[in-house]
Amino acid sequence: MSQKLKDATIPTIPLGARIQRWIGRNLIRIYAVFAFTYLFIPVAYTFAFSFNDSGKSNLIWKGFTLGNWQNPCGAPEVCNALGNSIKIGFLATFFSTILGTMIAFAIGRHKFRGRSTSNLLIFLPMATPEIVMGASLLSLFLVLKINPGFWPTVIAHIVFCISFVVVTVKARIASLDPRLEQAAMDLYANEFETFRRVTLPLVAPGIAGAALLAFSLSFDDFIITNFNSGTLTTFPKFIYVSAARGIPAQANVIGSAMFFLALTIVIVGQLVNRRKVR
Amino acid sequence: MVKASIEARGDLRLTRLTKSYGDFTAVDDLSLTIPKGSFFALLGPSGCGKTTTLRMIAGLEEPTAGSIHLGETDITTTKPYQRPINTVFQNYALFPHLTIFENIAFGLRRRGQKDVKEAVDKVLNLVELPHLAERKPTQLSGGQQQRIALARAIVNRPALLLLDEPLGALDLKLRRQMQIELKWIQKEVGLTFVHVTHDQEEAMTMADTIAVMNEGQIEQMGSPAELYDNPETAYVANFLGQSNLIKGTISGNDGDSLIVDLYGQKIALPKNRSHAIDNSTYAGIRPEKFRISLLETPVHGNVLTGGRIEDVSYIGVSTQYQVEMPWGQELMVFEQNDDGVAPFNKGDAVNISWAPTFTFALRGDEDVTAGSEVEPEDLDEE
Repeated sequence: MSQKLKDATIPTIPLGARIQRWIGRNLIRIYAVFAFTYLFIPVAYTFAFSFNDSGKSNLIWKGFTLGNWQNPCGAPEVCNALGNSIKIGFLATFFSTILGTMIAFAIGRHKFRGRSTSNLLIFLPMATPEIVMGASLLSLFLVLKINPGFWPTVIAHIVFCISFVVVTVKARIASLDPRLEQAAMDLYANEFETFRRVTLPLVAPGIAGAALLAFSLSFDDFIITNFNSGTLTTFPKFIYVSAARGIPAQANVIGSAMFFLALTIVIVGQLVNRRKVR
Repeated sequence: MVKASIEARGDLRLTRLTKSYGDFTAVDDLSLTIPKGSFFALLGPSGCGKTTTLRMIAGLEEPTAGSIHLGETDITTTKPYQRPINTVFQNYALFPHLTIFENIAFGLRRRGQKDVKEAVDKVLNLVELPHLAERKPTQLSGGQQQRIALARAIVNRPALLLLDEPLGALDLKLRRQMQIELKWIQKEVGLTFVHVTHDQEEAMTMADTIAVMNEGQIEQMGSPAELYDNPETAYVANFLGQSNLIKGTISGNDGDSLIVDLYGQKIALPKNRSHAIDNSTYAGIRPEKFRISLLETPVHGNVLTGGRIEDVSYIGVSTQYQVEMPWGQELMVFEQNDDGVAPFNKGDAVNISWAPTFTFALRGDEDVTAGSEVEPEDLDEE
């Protein structure tokens, strides 16, 4: 009896209002699905076409094959270009990380004349259009009678990577509590020991992040590389050149492999971090 | 040189120590001797220079002038790591990337000690946290971090242990418990502790000797009882507890006592408790030293008549009265509730009495509000 009365007194919500409420509640999810779809369609496309039994041009789907993955160096020049890019990437990362970290410590930790000017100048390479930087570097090398090729490319990459390293490491240094270093000094660690035992381990994640960023910037760079590498082929250059006559499916294989490698690094990094916290 | 300073032992002697930042003088010509083995507190509100003094002793701040000696060794210009001095920082400053064990072993390892396990285990037992050795600092509660910070410092058996507001971040109950524990540990390990705090109760609970600091200088130094019972300045009288300060004139002598005229009523106080420099003075009496009585009740000692109860607050252990005197001043009186009920009511006409020995006399040109308006809960900005 009372149950019936209750049912009768609760007004049913009209269908329109219910749909509206559902949309209201799930709008952010719907948006997220669209956003991620938009972001990942190109990646999915690249990945899918790495299995294309394409022959020369990889534009039309001609059937599934594992051949490209089994023989990633099958296309002429592709692995040579990749090797050059990796070599340049490692060298540029190594030097720009060391130099950039030192600059970041100087600017982030010490007061000296011209500190704010240096701070500003560090941003310049980031703000300069790549095409301008590439062209001026080339003319500089020519004036110095250095022929474009492997080492000029490495030097050019170090130039534009340093700024990013400085900015990344500096942010980490700024978040470091200076009292930790004071505590180390208080506990009989001299300047060098304090740096080695306390400062460096605490800034290390920032340095590692900066190195990864530098590598991906270097690996990816086309414009500046194109000016300064002469006849040397890098991976981006290879893709650009072959785009005219059809990119081989092996390029998709390498691109996809790079993507999954990066993804793995991020996931492992997250897992290690989570374990550290626990 | 380095070796000599790290092995220095003895009294800590600050001589004419000064620290200026541009126009601002944080520590002003401060001289002080802290005897070996004592528990010494630097007490004062935020900005009084106590933290700067501590940082100069630790070597984290360089004095503008003056010198610091530990025993016979001059340590004024030595680096922090060359001094046999360790600090418990206000925010503990535990190394987040190291385990508790490695945090505590840090100082021992830097001094080249190979086998640290025994010493670390011992000190972990002392602070009653042996089960936390393998944890990271972020996994510990505030109170636990506090103990580890203390353990990390005392494991080195320094000549001097500096504590910078070490209990500031703890809640009241934990703070009380840690005060007692710190005092016990100091006795147990027998080190010299120098404790910086803005909390007068904390200083009085723990320290053998307190130096009250004001504007970069020491206002008064002594045992907690000396400072409380016989403050030399209005600043000390107000900063340590509460005081009634009544304007008066010294009108005569009576053996070991001075006779003081307070708005026409004569009271006596011991000569050795007068800090006045001429006839004008402020007579000071702590609120709990007063007794209230109805007009017809006979009383002994010093008496002030003509009071009227303005306000009554019952707070359990005691009742606090505001008594308005004929000259318009309201006096604070704390009466113990040892007979259960508050016997006086608002509007009662009463006399106030107290023993002459509980009276102190300040200079007549003092600012009676000095030290009472400061916010003692503010921590030093660092």
